Amino acid sequence: MRAFRYHRPADVAEAVAVLTAEPQAAYLGGGTNLVDLMKLGVQRPDVLVDVTRLPLDTVEEVPDGGLRIGATVRNSDLAAHPVVRRDYPVLARALLAAASGQLRNMATTGGNMLQRTRCVYFQDTGKACNKREPGSGCAALHGQNRDLAVLDWSEQCVATHPSDLAVALAALDTVVEVHDADGPRDIPIAELYRSPGTHPERETTLVRGTLITAVRLPPLPAARRSTYLKVRDRASFAFAAGSVAAVLDLDGDVVRDVRLAYGAVAHRPWRAYRAEAELRGRPFSPELAARAADAELAEARPLRHNGFKLPLTRAITVRALTELASS
Amino acid sequence: MSTGAVGRAYPRLEGPAKVTGTARYAVEYPMDGVTYGWAVPSAVVRGRITRIDTTEALASPGVLAVVHHGNAPRMAPGPQPELRLLQEPTVHYRGQYVAVVVATTLEAAREGARLVRIDYDSGPHSTVLTEDHPGLYKPDQVNPSYPTDTAEGDFDAGYAAAPVRVDVTYRTPAYHNNPMEPHATTAQWHDGRLLVHDSTQGATPVRATLAELFELPPESIRVVAEHVGGGFGSKGYAKASVVLAALAARHVERPVKLALTRQQLFGPVGYRTPTIQRIRLAADTDGRLTAICHDAIGQTSTIREFAEQTAVYTRSMYAAPHRRTTHRLVRLDVPTPFWMRAPGECPGAYALESAMDELAIAVGIDPVELRVRNDTAVDPDQGRPFTSRNLVACLREGAERFGWAGRDPSLRSRRDGRWLIGTGVAGSSYPARARPSSATATARPDGSFLVQINATDIGTGARTAIWQVAADALGVPPERVEIRIGDSELPAAALAGGSMGTASWSWAVIRAAQALREKLPDGGPPTGEVTAEADTTEEVGGQPALPRYAYGAQFVEVRVDADTGEVRLNRMLGVFAAGRVVNPTTARSQLIGGMTMGLSMALHEEGLLDERYGDWVNHDLATYHITSCADVESIEAYWLDERDDKLNPAGVKGIGEIGIVGAAAAVANAVHHATGVRIRELPIRLDKLIGVSDLA
Repeated sequence: MRAFRYHRPADVAEAVAVLTAEPQAAYLGGGTNLVDLMKLGVQRPDVLVDVTRLPLDTVEEVPDGGLRIGATVRNSDLAAHPVVRRDYPVLARALLAAASGQLRNMATTGGNMLQRTRCVYFQDTGKACNKREPGSGCAALHGQNRDLAVLDWSEQCVATHPSDLAVALAALDTVVEVHDADGPRDIPIAELYRSPGTHPERETTLVRGTLITAVRLPPLPAARRSTYLKVRDRASFAFAAGSVAAVLDLDGDVVRDVRLAYGAVAHRPWRAYRAEAELRGRPFSPELAARAADAELAEARPLRHNGFKLPLTRAITVRALTELASS
Repeated sequence: MSTGAVGRAYPRLEGPAKVTGTARYAVEYPMDGVTYGWAVPSAVVRGRITRIDTTEALASPGVLAVVHHGNAPRMAPGPQPELRLLQEPTVHYRGQYVAVVVATTLEAAREGARLVRIDYDSGPHSTVLTEDHPGLYKPDQVNPSYPTDTAEGDFDAGYAAAPVRVDVTYRTPAYHNNPMEPHATTAQWHDGRLLVHDSTQGATPVRATLAELFELPPESIRVVAEHVGGGFGSKGYAKASVVLAALAARHVERPVKLALTRQQLFGPVGYRTPTIQRIRLAADTDGRLTAICHDAIGQTSTIREFAEQTAVYTRSMYAAPHRRTTHRLVRLDVPTPFWMRAPGECPGAYALESAMDELAIAVGIDPVELRVRNDTAVDPDQGRPFTSRNLVACLREGAERFGWAGRDPSLRSRRDGRWLIGTGVAGSSYPARARPSSATATARPDGSFLVQINATDIGTGARTAIWQVAADALGVPPERVEIRIGDSELPAAALAGGSMGTASWSWAVIRAAQALREKLPDGGPPTGEVTAEADTTEEVGGQPALPRYAYGAQFVEVRVDADTGEVRLNRMLGVFAAGRVVNPTTARSQLIGGMTMGLSMALHEEGLLDERYGDWVNHDLATYHITSCADVESIEAYWLDERDDKLNPAGVKGIGEIGIVGAAAAVANAVHHATGVRIRELPIRLDKLIGVSDLA
């Protein structure tokens, strides 16, 4: 594996300055994904800028009622945070449904959001992958694609985003606080992730050197009634075959507000706006939930091996919302 | 006189060393001047290397050498073609090791490997097994030396005449052994002598293979395997790592450590062949089998033939007047398949024990009762009585413990909320064999004893079991016995495989102990060390060829999510009859380990081959799923107190493999009972059962 230098910046500005100046530098969070990819030769940074000692490791309640989560807060700590558990159970459940205890102890909030796809072709330098090597082709499109996208994929890439946390954050309309060469700014999470299109190597809208410093959950009292449902091929320690983050706010039996996001279906965490529109203002029923999921999946284009993701996503949408409605 | 060590639950002797990290594995021995090897796999499936450019690699910091077919030390031609690595430019399968980069650090070796430029001429390839593959042929025999086909009576006539018939085809994918410790070796040459620390299931056969390949007398080679982190058959003989490390060490004239990566374990070190198995069963209306036929198809490589004995299980398990078994193979451009826990019996029992379940339903009798009804005291294959056969006792006791009585056989008859609940049963059997071994026993003046044998403990507890056997054979408390294993300098012994380690090793140890006691007539400590040795070659070879088998019965309860198709195990219970159990703690580990691996086979494991690349694309443990602890909510293993004096002096049958045999069928049968859907292609994943509430 490529020899690299290790740099521990004194503050965020220095971290961003190093990344901006060094074209092959990379931020190091928990390292649970990056280090694997470095061993495999998929990523080959020459400088690792370790951001885990920066003062970004706190969870704070913000005056207007939301929650601000530092980028280096470990997944385990975030999942166990009493305010997260009380006000945003969807987030705690998404975190706990991911990886293993050991990995959650290492993985950071920012790193989790920016982890790379687990598409087997991406992770193997002996196979064609436009995301790893632009222009080399997408071996997954007509290959073993059971785990890959059904929505919004392109001929160039059918990868899925692997994060559970990001799906919950998408449902919560999270604001992402970033710092780049021009200083700090906010990005709505809906504008963070990209569709693969013709440039699957670009997974986010962040310019090079940008550091996620925190995520801000807006106040959302309805999120107290929220959940994350994940289905996987074994009981633990697996990426999602399908997942849904759901927030449901009922006025009597009428859906006053709803937030839905899907995992394992697309290149990015998939906010299900169409499904939400179907649900909003109507009396809740499991049948309505199924219709809402169908509306969201109407434009899905399953690949050869992953057609099951449509009925699966539909089933967990119905289950998640029905459970919330009756809770 | 027995002190009663055998049968007691001693903790593993090496347990403290392992949990404190002081137990050394193959690449953990510190040594001066050590270097690191990194294996370079071929990037094409079938072809020929036309050029190797090592310029960049050699210029990379820390890289000492790139060893390849153009500069590697020569090895003798011989019966191990797949181990003759780096001798020729020919590539037989994708992932074949075509070079080794040696460097002063592991990372430098890995980086160097990336920089080796290799050009190939490549040709078309065939890597997918199909039942109509034009290359299907009949091998001369199947692993290890069974006849390829058998026939008794007239299957076609018997089948045609029967009132009840089942004709079903099952498919299993490639399975990859994945022991926790990868194949790993440290090799060093001194004055023409070779010392290797190797992760192997048998240092004696590894030494023999290295002697052959490097044309050395065996006494010039020492193979140490003191602690081994699992093998599941894939370390049964010398594998690529030991050959590459020895070649590289000779080339750079320094010690070389070489450990394969997890990714590199998917193929070149062996795997279980995919199978396509057609089973035909015929019975009378009482469920008595009249005709059995098992046709098995598997794959091998173009380099060496390995014919998994998939249908052999069916030859001896249940009786019927008309029987036939066949094996056919295809030579594909793939790595050679090899042993994986219960080769033959494991996939074969999945098919036969599933078909028995289908027959039970077709006849309308309970699947436990069907098996009881078709029990036989005489081996249908050999025509001789089994030395002991307690299949029925296992079925009865298992049914009692599991709470089988009163089971409603109707499908989809139990539901708990969204979960469909079902139960299933399967039989298990595995041959009880032994191989020649030798051992020494030494009495010391201080009253202690030393027992030496080149046995291997691959994590099973073998060291502890032999120690217990030795103590009883010496007639002393085990605390007075020291045991040494895992080194080819010790008396030669059988490998840890085929569930025959304990039988083979204890045999030699008991004979050595008996010989020692004859040398110590007064029973007291000698004034100087006294040693006796034993070699069981003649005795084992002279043993009458009788049908010796261990048996078991496996019971499973699953729940299946009616909407998502997720399958979860509620409980799994096995009862086994495997002769004498030496150590209940380690025996239980072996049995539940095998059962769990069977669960993993049923629900999770699948090597996904991409025909365009000719290799398995899910080659790590994040994408090749094995059962996790959370998948095993409840598992229990029991055994009968079985005595069989026609086995071996210790009276053991071996327990390393029987736990996996039949386990996948029990799971699949339970899934069918729960859902009414019969999945005949493993693994049973949610995509095959999704929306099961609308199916069947």
